Amino acid sequence: MQDPTVIRFEDVHKAYGGVSVLDGLSLEVRRGRTLGIMGPSGTGKSVTLRHIIGLTRADAGRVLVEDRDVATLTRKQLRELRRRMGYVFQEGALINWLSIAENVALPLRENTSLSEEEISERVQAKLELVHIGDTGSKMPSEISGGMRKRVGLARALITDPELILYDEPNAGLDPEIARSINRQIRELSEELDVTAIVVEHRIDCIRAVADEVIFLDEGRALVHAASPEEFFQSEHPRLLRFFGEAETKENL
Amino acid sequence: MSFLRQFLENTGFLFSLLFKALTRLDAVPRRRRMIAYHMYNGGIGVLHVVLLVGLFMGMIVALQTGIELSRIGQQDQIGIIVAISMAREMGPFITATILSATVGSAVAAEIGTMAVSEELAALEVMSVDRVRYLVVPRLVALAVMCPVLTVICDTIGILGGGFVASSQLHVGYQLYMDSALDALLPTAELIGIPKDVYAGLLKSFVFGVIIAAISCAQGLRATGGALGVGHATRGAVRDSIIAIIISNYFMTWAMYQA
Repeated sequence: MQDPTVIRFEDVHKAYGGVSVLDGLSLEVRRGRTLGIMGPSGTGKSVTLRHIIGLTRADAGRVLVEDRDVATLTRKQLRELRRRMGYVFQEGALINWLSIAENVALPLRENTSLSEEEISERVQAKLELVHIGDTGSKMPSEISGGMRKRVGLARALITDPELILYDEPNAGLDPEIARSINRQIRELSEELDVTAIVVEHRIDCIRAVADEVIFLDEGRALVHAASPEEFFQSEHPRLLRFFGEAETKENL
Repeated sequence: MSFLRQFLENTGFLFSLLFKALTRLDAVPRRRRMIAYHMYNGGIGVLHVVLLVGLFMGMIVALQTGIELSRIGQQDQIGIIVAISMAREMGPFITATILSATVGSAVAAEIGTMAVSEELAALEVMSVDRVRYLVVPRLVALAVMCPVLTVICDTIGILGGGFVASSQLHVGYQLYMDSALDALLPTAELIGIPKDVYAGLLKSFVFGVIIAAISCAQGLRATGGALGVGHATRGAVRDSIIAIIISNYFMTWAMYQA
């Protein structure tokens, strides 16, 4: 029996200032699976994530999370839904006047009645999970881009979410740190059985973390592959053009 | 037409934000550390500017009026004029203008930077109410600090006027201070506070709320990277000063004319 669908897009349309970004996007993600989304810049990958977490509303079509239309949720229901989700922003989106530990603790301090001791323990555990256990007292301006991403990841994980959305987790990172981040994403999926969507340009990231992959072009899912291997073996002319005519499938 | 639409949109957003902030004041006890931080920034951080500008403003008022009054032999009235003009108008207005240019612009830039770097989106995703978290502490801090700084500005302005009166206009310092205090005290109407003083403080309280609300609103609506933050900062100072002047007229009318 197949796992239940956690996220479903049904013919979603979204335009900004008359320019269509999503043009009839349909997709679904099953529980415990990691969907990789690739595609050219400006084709609506991040907008897709923003629809799921209720930061953006579709002009037409429906975005369902656990069979509930995100657009019809009340503020309270949306808050409850968000508490079960984690969102890893491209640049970390850390609050710049809070220390690393305070940034990670923020969702707990604001939304739970946990004691400071419990919060500190949880924060330290999450920082250690992403291998930056000794940076809690630093400020966001004092750490590197890779560390900021890890802090963003630790913050997204602090509420033990069932669903995590990653917006370009490898962007701007050197290959070594990118590999380490990818390993962590994979470990989280396997150990904690979370459902995830990873928006990324980098082939090695998608290959390392995704269970299935879609290629988004002009606001639609042009290619939907059941595995990264199937995706990178695709003969679709648009995919070949995106990855470069000169690239062989072996290289990919 | 687009200007009118934008104006209505901005005004609607501003009043809606102000309403939300005023109905979320229960967040104050929880945000006391943040409020204290913003009070320090909006108070101690600009104190030297208020002292300097207030001192010279009092000196200018004393000099300008003193020269004319000397011609008709009425220079002993300088204290009255400096005290009343500082307490009623100059103190609140100067303080509010300084706060708009320094703290208001910083608030708009801070929140605007958060808006363009997705920090506001992150707060929303984490279910953190940005009005309680960002707006209420700044609003309370400015509403408190604006009157406090106004008192300091009034005091230093009156003292500065006294210095000019005694050193350049041959009015005794004691005579000047007596006339300044006499000008304020007979109008005492509210728990022993002279009307000219509490009217000025009421104005500066409103100015503090105006500066905070406009600056936060501008920051929250910032879009488009560094350019957007620049627009928000400029808009915060411009709109705050316009709103201060317009509201000043209506408050003066309500308190002294109506």
